[in-house]
Amino acid sequence: MKALDKIKIAVLCLCIGMTFCYGKALASDTVKIGSFLAVTGPASFLGDPELKTLQMYIDEINAKGGIDGKKIEFIHYDTKGKAKEAKNFVNRLIKKDKVDVIIGGTTSGNTLAVIDIVQKAKVPLISLAGSVKIIEPVKKWVFKTPHTDRMAAEKIFQDMKKRGITKIALITGNGGFDKSGRAQCFALAPKYGIEIVADEKYGNADTDMTTQLTKIRGTDAQAILNFGFGKAPAIVVKNIRQLGIKLPIYESHGVASKKFIELAGPAANGVRLPAAALIVADQLPANDPQKKVLLDYKKKYEAKYGPVSTFGGHAYDALFITVGAIERAKSSDPSKIRDEIEKTHGFVGTGGVFNMSPTDHLGLGLDAFKMIEVQDGNWKLLY
Amino acid sequence: MDQLLQFLISGLTVGSIYALVALGFSIIYNASDVVNFAQGEFVMIGAMSAIFLLKDGMPYPAAVFCAIAITVLVGLALDKFAIEPAKNATVVTTIIITIGASIFLRGAALLIWGKEIYGLPPFSGDKPIVIGNATILPQNIWVMVGTGAAVLAVKYFFDKTLMGKAIMACSYNKKAAFLVGINVKQMLLVSYGLSAALGAAAGVLVAPITFMSYNSGVMLGLKGFCAAILGGMGSSMGAVAGGLLLGIIETIGAGFISSGYKDAIAFFVILVVLFIRPSGILGKAESDRV
Amino acid sequence: MKAMVGYCLFALSTIVPAILFPDNYYVTVVGVTICTNIVLAVSLNLLMGYAGQISLGHAAFFGLGAYSSAVLTVKYGIEPWIAMIAGAFMVAVISYILSRPILKLKGHYLAMATLGLGIIVHIFFVQADQLTGGPDGMSGLPVLTIFGIPIDNDIKWYWTFAIFMLLSVLFSLNIARSRSGRALAAVHGSEIAAQMLGVDTAKVKSHIFVFSAVLACITGSLFAHQQDFVSPESFGFFFSIELVTMVVLGGLGSTYGAVVGAIILSLLPELLIVFEDFEVLIFGAILMTIMIFLPQGLFVAMEQAFHNFMNRREQGAANATS
Repeated sequence: MKALDKIKIAVLCLCIGMTFCYGKALASDTVKIGSFLAVTGPASFLGDPELKTLQMYIDEINAKGGIDGKKIEFIHYDTKGKAKEAKNFVNRLIKKDKVDVIIGGTTSGNTLAVIDIVQKAKVPLISLAGSVKIIEPVKKWVFKTPHTDRMAAEKIFQDMKKRGITKIALITGNGGFDKSGRAQCFALAPKYGIEIVADEKYGNADTDMTTQLTKIRGTDAQAILNFGFGKAPAIVVKNIRQLGIKLPIYESHGVASKKFIELAGPAANGVRLPAAALIVADQLPANDPQKKVLLDYKKKYEAKYGPVSTFGGHAYDALFITVGAIERAKSSDPSKIRDEIEKTHGFVGTGGVFNMSPTDHLGLGLDAFKMIEVQDGNWKLLY
Repeated sequence: MDQLLQFLISGLTVGSIYALVALGFSIIYNASDVVNFAQGEFVMIGAMSAIFLLKDGMPYPAAVFCAIAITVLVGLALDKFAIEPAKNATVVTTIIITIGASIFLRGAALLIWGKEIYGLPPFSGDKPIVIGNATILPQNIWVMVGTGAAVLAVKYFFDKTLMGKAIMACSYNKKAAFLVGINVKQMLLVSYGLSAALGAAAGVLVAPITFMSYNSGVMLGLKGFCAAILGGMGSSMGAVAGGLLLGIIETIGAGFISSGYKDAIAFFVILVVLFIRPSGILGKAESDRV
Repeated sequence: MKAMVGYCLFALSTIVPAILFPDNYYVTVVGVTICTNIVLAVSLNLLMGYAGQISLGHAAFFGLGAYSSAVLTVKYGIEPWIAMIAGAFMVAVISYILSRPILKLKGHYLAMATLGLGIIVHIFFVQADQLTGGPDGMSGLPVLTIFGIPIDNDIKWYWTFAIFMLLSVLFSLNIARSRSGRALAAVHGSEIAAQMLGVDTAKVKSHIFVFSAVLACITGSLFAHQQDFVSPESFGFFFSIELVTMVVLGGLGSTYGAVVGAIILSLLPELLIVFEDFEVLIFGAILMTIMIFLPQGLFVAMEQAFHNFMNRREQGAANATS
């Protein structure tokens, strides 16, 4: 009996050992892309299309034989939008799954929480989050694809200047996106000669914002700017109309999905916001370099999952910047991939034309943002 | 000061939502001394069911009715499969069971309805009604009227009907109630059904104002719990008073002090109230078993 | 004697994996999370299990510790150890002042008050962004040095947390047997009866409240240094609920119960990842099932079953010899 047990254990050990070796042997034929996104939780409307986009295109690339014959092995974890989970999962991606490159951080909070880890582990990370803090100051291993909140604030202030608006009321939520956007507004306002006469806040799960808006009604603001995402901006816009406030309304790129118009209904008409060109792809002039990319992505995504949002587009950009870098690096070595990501030049994505450099880990100019107005329940490209 | 009227109206609007949720807490607490932390999920299930039935082409009143019926079934199932089998559990254990139930229901809602946010069209238009220099939406009036009707119905049920009195008897002393021939199990079932129906009604009433998604129940449930405690657990008038007061404290805090800290201000006031009146505003003092 | 055997086995089970697999993900990352949760659950169990006072705001004290370390070291350049002690002192004072009025409340009202306290602290973390960095949190904490050894890699952190956790568990085991432990048990059993016997129940309760809060606070400081990052959502209402769940799931009033509860609730999400969208549903179902069928808690139920089994065997042996 005893001897038999020993043999059994020996065989078991051998089997385990072999699986490890086999696993290692396989690894060289694949390139491992890890991701950590907020697929559920309050930021799920961002993370969900991001994950769907990644899965759809990775399946397509693998079906075509992979990148230079290397299949992509895709490993994904859902952070639910929590920073602590993000840290755990990035550790897991690096230490347990040993990925070559990471796409993710749906939210700025999730991304900022893991920057130190990827910097230490020397694995390239492409973030899908908005905050300018992610790439400023430049971190060697960290890149991002969405336009920054600073760009959004600048685009909005430019438009206000054109309309002769100098006094605005700010209303923001209590999330990371909202707070970071608010800080950028305060930092940039003097440059555009704009005075912020009211600074109101709400909780992102609140049911009614009429109190804050009543206070704003009592100021001499010439426009209302709301930095927020999810259902709150729709409630803000509806409450503004309810109170009979006639001021121009500006939203951030956080509401650039059809859901916002659906929820806010007719109240959304006249709202202006800066956003990626994706939501107005069909209105772009025919010679626009992005037009083809955008329409292709839109067609593919909508055939499979329903209406596109610009958020999924950021994942598209991150994935193809990565794929391009792997192709050029001819290797799955993280540091070579990083070097090539930094050399990305003239890449036409959904967010704009990317030109990265050692001092710019985003590579988008202000022209990548379009100014959009809601008209008759639809997006209308202004310029 | 001319803003005060609008603040009060906003406070009452938000407050009546809280009150409606708090009322549901109160009923189950009356029957079983259990605080049902899945109450917020009843609200969410009611609203989401109505939204999707309406989407599938059902007429509005029928969709509302079916949504309430669905939620009642969920409430009955919760009692039958989670609360009844654990009849000897302590207060803390039942809290964890109902928290587990709320997580379970949220998970189910996620699978059935997905993660998107949805709205419900208002019952009677979107045109604001002007009162002085303040405005109010017709749907807000619906919520207030709904809360008023619900509280009167609940009060009538507990004070005047035999079944209501039987449920109250269970809350005072289960064994004695059993001895006088009350079917305690059945009474519990009824109170869960009733509470679920109230939750669903609250969901349908507020969905046009606040929008709903699979996790919207959490915040509403939490605020409802606060309102119920502030008013005094187990008192239906207390629940309403607590809800309206909480709504007004929030808006006054946001209006005159700081909108960023309005929830902190509200909780601070609740703490102070509890320090002065340890059983809430209208609650009966709890006696300790020796 | 018997109790020490159990403790040594437990200590061994935390030490051996770290020696065998010093670079394993489950040891260094999940292990530290488990140790953190164990200390928090054990500290909460002192209050809930021994003194019978529910708290839905325990995460606030954890958060206050983490933020005082982060803010004092990063913004004011204060030495980590001094920052940690300052945080603990602040929490001791706050919890002492609050303990009397809060612990006068009973049952659900106490739950509400502690919940409110937790939420107020959380809102402060979010809104005071000049100080706390707001929802994005803050990072860049200096390296902590213990007895001249800089704690700068994963395995060193594991050892730090493992030792801290083992000490806390030992302490909690001993408190149950001490004079104040027996006073506590009396308060839990019947407060009025305890008062009759001359136990100053208010004093006992407030001491344990302060102690429990300070232990959570120190854990928070260590957590902040280990993560090198703090953000409000780690200290929110849901984490408080999770901690209560750990204590009750394992078995209220039992130190090892809190340990088992903390281990299960830390591991479960790691294991349920594979179910993706079904994760939330399954988690809720497991939680409900355990509490419905083992209302006294998983560990306590196992312990009872084991005792019954041993008794029967002893009886069986006795019967056989006679």
